[in-house]
Amino acid sequence: MMGLPMMTILIFLPLAAAIVVAAIDRKKTGALYGVGLAGSLAALALAAVVFVRFDPDQAALQFVERMAWIPSAGVSYHIGVDGISLPLVMLTAVIMPLALLSAWGSIAERIKEFVFSMLVLETALLGTFLAADLVLFYVFWEAVLIPMYFIIGLWGGPRRSYAAVKFILYTMTGSALMLVAIITLYLHSGPSLGARTFDLAQLRQLRVAMPLQAWLFGAFALAFAIKVPVWPLHTWLPDAHVEAPTAGSVVLAAVLLKMGTYGFLRFLLPLFPQATLQFAPLLSALAILGIIYGGIVSWAQPDVKRLVAMSSVSHLGLVTLGVFVMTVPAMQGSLLQMVNHGISTGGLFLIVGVLYDRTHSRLLGDYGGVAALMPRLAPLALIVVLSSLALPGTNGFVGEFLILLGTFRANPVYAALATSGVILSAVYLLWMYQRVMQGPVAVKERARMTDLTRREQWLFIPLIALIFWIGVYPSPLLRRSEASVRALVQDVRERGNAAHLASHESRVTSHDR
Amino acid sequence: MVLEVIVALPLAGWLINGLAGGRLPRGVVGAIGCGTVGAACAASVMAAGDPAVAGGGLTATLFTWLSAGEFTVSAGLFMDRLSALMALVVTGVGFLIHVYSIGYMADDPAYARYFAYLNLFVASMLLLVLGGNLLVLFVGWELVGLCSYLLIGFWFDRERAASSGRKAFIVNRIGDAGFLLGILLLATTAGNLQFDRLAAASGGMAPGLLTAATLLLFAGATGKSAQLPLYVWLPDAMEGPTPVSALIHAATMVTAGVYMIARLHPLFLHAGYTLSVVAAVGAVTAFFAATVALVEWDLKRVLAYSTISQLGYMFLAMGVVMMPAGMFHLTTHAFFKALLFLAAGSVMHAMRGVVDMRRLGGLAGPMRWTAAGFAVGGLALAGVPPFAGFFSKDLILEGAFEWAQRGGAMLVWIAGLATAFVTAVYVTRAMMLTFAGPAADPGHPHEAPAVMGLPMAVLAALSFGGGLLGARVAGEPLLRYLEPFFVDSAIGVLKDRPMPAAGVITALPVAVSLAGILAGFALYRDRREVTLGALGRFLSHQWYIETLYDAVIVTPAKRLAHLLADVVETRGIDGAVNGVGALVGRAGLAVRGLQTGFVRNYAAAILAGTILMLGYWLFR
Amino acid sequence: MSVPLEAYLALSALLFVLGTTGVLVRRNALVVFMSIELMLNAVNLTFVAFARQRLAIEGQLAVFFVVVVAAVEVVVGLAILIAIFRTRDTVDIDDVDLLRG
Repeated sequence: MMGLPMMTILIFLPLAAAIVVAAIDRKKTGALYGVGLAGSLAALALAAVVFVRFDPDQAALQFVERMAWIPSAGVSYHIGVDGISLPLVMLTAVIMPLALLSAWGSIAERIKEFVFSMLVLETALLGTFLAADLVLFYVFWEAVLIPMYFIIGLWGGPRRSYAAVKFILYTMTGSALMLVAIITLYLHSGPSLGARTFDLAQLRQLRVAMPLQAWLFGAFALAFAIKVPVWPLHTWLPDAHVEAPTAGSVVLAAVLLKMGTYGFLRFLLPLFPQATLQFAPLLSALAILGIIYGGIVSWAQPDVKRLVAMSSVSHLGLVTLGVFVMTVPAMQGSLLQMVNHGISTGGLFLIVGVLYDRTHSRLLGDYGGVAALMPRLAPLALIVVLSSLALPGTNGFVGEFLILLGTFRANPVYAALATSGVILSAVYLLWMYQRVMQGPVAVKERARMTDLTRREQWLFIPLIALIFWIGVYPSPLLRRSEASVRALVQDVRERGNAAHLASHESRVTSHDR
Repeated sequence: MVLEVIVALPLAGWLINGLAGGRLPRGVVGAIGCGTVGAACAASVMAAGDPAVAGGGLTATLFTWLSAGEFTVSAGLFMDRLSALMALVVTGVGFLIHVYSIGYMADDPAYARYFAYLNLFVASMLLLVLGGNLLVLFVGWELVGLCSYLLIGFWFDRERAASSGRKAFIVNRIGDAGFLLGILLLATTAGNLQFDRLAAASGGMAPGLLTAATLLLFAGATGKSAQLPLYVWLPDAMEGPTPVSALIHAATMVTAGVYMIARLHPLFLHAGYTLSVVAAVGAVTAFFAATVALVEWDLKRVLAYSTISQLGYMFLAMGVVMMPAGMFHLTTHAFFKALLFLAAGSVMHAMRGVVDMRRLGGLAGPMRWTAAGFAVGGLALAGVPPFAGFFSKDLILEGAFEWAQRGGAMLVWIAGLATAFVTAVYVTRAMMLTFAGPAADPGHPHEAPAVMGLPMAVLAALSFGGGLLGARVAGEPLLRYLEPFFVDSAIGVLKDRPMPAAGVITALPVAVSLAGILAGFALYRDRREVTLGALGRFLSHQWYIETLYDAVIVTPAKRLAHLLADVVETRGIDGAVNGVGALVGRAGLAVRGLQTGFVRNYAAAILAGTILMLGYWLFR
Repeated sequence: MSVPLEAYLALSALLFVLGTTGVLVRRNALVVFMSIELMLNAVNLTFVAFARQRLAIEGQLAVFFVVVVAAVEVVVGLAILIAIFRTRDTVDIDDVDLLRG
């Protein structure tokens, strides 16, 4: 195992598959999708090996690979996985093959480019989650935008170019500021660390003085908050989701949004502990607003995709809350909930995709009584819906409960407000389920509502298995994330408070003088 | 081991019928559905016989479910005397209703789905009553809610059924949000959700916290057990198949709140005035629902309001610290209310779905056995001795009276008594309208097949003789059985209980019940429509409670949602975002004149810029 | 006897001004091109003069870059010119304002 650069292989396996795809004749649809699937499944297999071999007791990065990249500028190719990135790597590896499979038969033109984009996207996503160097991270982070832009802009709905441009401009605005902050950090690292560096582990030692730290925190937080998206920076999301093709929506909801919450945990908290503690109430408040606002707005959406997109705002509000209350259960719950949201909302978008392929409508009003026409889809859809509204026994409950538990410990009022999300999610999700699945048959072209094909069934089986597995026996995931989360919470609390005390003391002494 | 088997059996039935039921013959589906529950019942009997149950309780820990930080919850099962009783009621009555369903659902195309849901319900309910800690209980608690949702909306192609199911789920969720907060509060203060640890920790907890926690838990109970203010879902739940109403919405699920209070009674006892709130809510609900049942025309909805009312009695019992009586009433109610529902189902079966009592009547002739069953259930419900309901209701009222003497509100006892009267009236009314007089609807009603009749017969026997479980003459076996469990709650009520003075307190409820029956008989003897004027309107609008909810909560919430979605979101937030974009665009328009397209202009600009820069460098 | 640096610089400045004037006032694209060449070579002259003066190689190195860039520019530029001439039948740059905002 030593010597084999597991992480590098994992990151670039999809890219290699993409290159193979580029060489295949564009008429061979089966071969294109086949190679794409094989590439992403190989990555999944590798990720599974990493998952099994992962040492749960170790908080630091594992499977570390480190090489000088641009030594003169302190940039290194530094990658590795820990308890915080592992769940997201697994999520990415699971979702990508499903997204590709969902496109098979649904996306009919420019298949070659599509599969290529998806595979490049997977590499960029895995790189984002595994990078431990700020420049490397930034490169992957921005690289995600390019294939996603094309996926929305080329294979999307009627308003795709509006949505794609909005998506890219909105997220780029945040990232541009983050880049400034990264460079500022780099410039500051010289004097106190001896040599300028972009390496995360070294930059964590850096203590940036307070007003500047708050500004840098703001720049990073903005970039991540847009991606999450934290209320009120969310409006790119419904548009992007509505216009994106199914596979794009699935990846967008399941994985891309997690880049933001992952960024909070990986960069924002450890780099700026003092500012984090100072601004946590603000972000928690926004998160709670998002939970309630997203829930209420979802209810009034006539468009299924928009409904699910707004529900993501609500769900990720809960995840964000779990990050910023800074307790171990809440943060572990958050991490688990990122995975859960990927599974359940990914599943919801797959369902919408299955329906859209048949009716070419996303409007709730065009559906009704589908359960009678598609008896195989109905129970699967119900399970996904229940997972999304966090019914005990499904994955959603475990994450939600841990977040609420940790939040309650930190601030019962936050927890009470966040619990309203429990009610709201039942309101809009069951409303959606009833509108689409129940009631008298209201679909115009009955004949087109054929039940799930074998391929479509295989989209849901893995998700359902994960829903129950995590819902009933989440220990394998929780155990692997615990050490890293515990270390992070402790680290932020200690350094945040210590720095706070130090600055407070110095202010006092200077005042005395 | 046996505990796992009890839960796993119906779960297996769910899996088999749910996954392969469509391809199995109906006989096999029914056999699996009933067989698993019957086997679970047998296993429950076996488990209840285990000496450990009488001692500290039989436990089975499966695995660590959740562990984050120092907080750990295991997936564990637990059976003591209380859960043994509940498990027996659930599997016993559940088995009978499963058997009945074979006949009732015989013609339904979704036969397998029905039995799958029903089995899932039994498994969930067993998880609820056998859960080893509060969180596992909550899992069962939510899952029975899910099954209720699924079964109310079983005929999902009917808009009303689907909406009623959704309403049930959402109203329950409102209560469950409170329940969840209560769990969080307990988990945070006690650090553990194991029942015995919670009980042990309750003494040391701050009374304020404990009051808050128990009130939050009780909020969950008002949802699940359909008490004020969250009762609104249960009448609508009658959209589901009638055996479901019997099993879930009468005998088992709705009693979960009562069970929860019994299970956590050490907490409630230590929690200041929570129990007074429980008693008050129970008394008011009992009376309220009974009065509404008086004017309902839908036979099933009469029974639904009756269930709400009887659940109110149980909460009343819990509130006045007469907890064993509450559990006793839970048991007898499971018998007679299930019987009433099954009899009503038999009527519907015969009348092709008609439940409006104005269109029923004269069924006593063609449906003699059903009528007899309904009569037994009705007499038990009305509290006529020696039927089962008499003993349990009497004990509760006795407890309420003693509670009042110990300093509680006499009004609770009076409400209980008044409810007893109204109950007798409405049950007589239902009986008369349905079974007496000439046939109102020209149909050919027929008696139910044996597979439906037999369960009714067994339940009728239990409704008749079940009172012996708590009758003083029989030595009160059930109360004695539960006594060790409630050792700290039934203070002076069971032990050394003095014979009620002069028998007035005992005689009064009986007198009231008989008076109610006579009144009902007099009023509805010739099937007249009795109009009660303004009072009648008030009652038939369910005291305008739902109207109030619609006006104050539902409609404003919908308006808010549309306001946020159509105005704030699009014009406000997204408007601001697009506004920024438009601003950039307009700025571009302002300077586009500079972009002439003539190369020489650009060159001149470059030159001018260069000269300016040079000038700056030279003369600064 | 060697020519003083100032002379080279003066010549270079003169050439540069000539080139600039040409770019600004002429309308024929080909002449504009030649004027640009003139400007580039004025700069080249300065580079070489300084390189000689300071006995350093960098100046000559820079000249190579400029020459290469100039050659590339001519290739691309002329190609564009030909394309324009083919579509519009003119090489008058005042007739070409496709990029007007």
